[in-house]
Amino acid sequence: MTLPAIFIHQLTKQYPKLRALDEVSLTIEQGEFFGLLGPNGAGKTTLISILAGLVRASSGQAFILGHDVVKDFQAARRALGVVPQELVFDPFFTVREALRFQSGYFGLRNNGVWIDEILEGLGLSDKATTNMRALSGGMKRRVMVAQALVHKPPVIVLDEPTAGVDVELRQTLWRFIRQLHAQGRTIVLTTHYLEEAEELCSRIAMLKQGHVVALDSTSNLLKRFTGLQLMLRINASLPPAMHSRLLSGRGIAHERLRLRITSYDEAAQILSDLRALGIGIDELEVQKADLEDVFLQVMAQSSHQENVVEKVLG
Amino acid sequence: MSGMRMLLTKEVLRFWRVAFQTIAAPVLTALLYLLIFSHVLQGRVNVYENVSYTAFLIPGLVMMSVLQNAFANSSSSLIQSKITGNIVYVLLPPFSHWELFAAYVGGAVMRGLMVGLGVLLVTLSFARLGLHNIVWVLVFAVLGAAILGALGLIAGMWAEKFDQLAAFQNFIILPATFLSGVFYSIHSLPVFWQSVSHANPFFYMIDGFRYGFFGISDLSPWLSLGIVGVTFFIVSAWAMILLARGYKLRG
Repeated sequence: MTLPAIFIHQLTKQYPKLRALDEVSLTIEQGEFFGLLGPNGAGKTTLISILAGLVRASSGQAFILGHDVVKDFQAARRALGVVPQELVFDPFFTVREALRFQSGYFGLRNNGVWIDEILEGLGLSDKATTNMRALSGGMKRRVMVAQALVHKPPVIVLDEPTAGVDVELRQTLWRFIRQLHAQGRTIVLTTHYLEEAEELCSRIAMLKQGHVVALDSTSNLLKRFTGLQLMLRINASLPPAMHSRLLSGRGIAHERLRLRITSYDEAAQILSDLRALGIGIDELEVQKADLEDVFLQVMAQSSHQENVVEKVLG
Repeated sequence: MSGMRMLLTKEVLRFWRVAFQTIAAPVLTALLYLLIFSHVLQGRVNVYENVSYTAFLIPGLVMMSVLQNAFANSSSSLIQSKITGNIVYVLLPPFSHWELFAAYVGGAVMRGLMVGLGVLLVTLSFARLGLHNIVWVLVFAVLGAAILGALGLIAGMWAEKFDQLAAFQNFIILPATFLSGVFYSIHSLPVFWQSVSHANPFFYMIDGFRYGFFGISDLSPWLSLGIVGVTFFIVSAWAMILLARGYKLRG
């Protein structure tokens, strides 16, 4: 049996006034492209910081490729490359120096060939001798990715690497990260751009207020939560029997309505029912759910569940 | 190569890149002290027989510069990376606490010794300075710089703003170095202030350092070495405990 890339067991982080993580357990296998989603303050960065040894957990354990991030922190940190969320850099040095230092900190010598490869892959070759201060924000972000990769970590964690980054850089970045993933590395990504996670990640965990509220493959999440939606505009009010399907709209005439359906056959059934009632169709479209819908539903559902729990306990 | 050596290299390059500010400026300051104090006091104050006041002053100024700059180096490096956030690049690699200690204190000692050497070179032409025993000179310079480097590390971890660090530097380190017998022999002080000076570990660093040049000092160099050695041990242990705990570095 191979070791999981990341194994998290009942991890809790209690701050004086906030429980940032509440007994979170999560296993990420080697070779996964894993997405960590959640609103601000959900605990994503706290989780990553504990993995990286930047923050200490109040209780619970975390392992990188079997290495405890506290007891065996040296092996754990060697196995992990982290791109922090905040744009940080050392203004004293050039891009190549920053990478040479970072590589040396991990005890690697003569790492020039790999450093050149990273610079090339991230489109930084012509900036190698530029001082960090002189780089644009997007370029600094690329250097941060490069810094996380200098020691060839098998597990790479990117904390919102594309926040505030232009489209071109985003694409360069994802091309490079995909390449790393294809070479067998495990990638964990947090992002606010849901379409990004949908496109890249094969499995997703959604965090809310320190809890994992959904954990599944991206395709299952998409299937499980919404399936399909039927967009409709009709010349009469919606028959009462169909009101239970309403996702948006009040069901009045000439209004754009969204109905929940689980298959194309159901759409055909609805259309024939409407025709049988003599209702004319002005506009019609079938849409597949996207991750944003899933995300909103999960977040809404989990707060509903919490309310239920609170009522029961209260 | 160990990661520690690379961090040490970075620490040295960091101040070397801005050597005007980190080396030349403190050398000039020390030179001004020498010019003013020796002009005013030369011939009026005689501390040791056969040692001119200017000659007496030079080792004191050298050591004061070593100590102040060693402190400035580790403390400013740490607070700058904490405030800019790039400390994360030192926290992510697999450094042990003693490696962090060795690299930051090593960088501080290098800066202290470079400034000290600079002060010595520019002031040498002002007086005939003997060299009784270079081993004492080096031992006290290195130990003193290491103590202040470790103190700088502690202050840099503790401080959350430049303001707090400046307070530490101006209200603790600066008075302690000024009042340690750089400009006078503590035997010239009233008894009360003599005993206060004896509680100042900086006094022993400077007295022992001066012994290396003149072969005379207020106290036996062995006693000073003992006190400086114990101080080094305590301050280093304190710094390493804080580093191991990740005090104000790891949340």
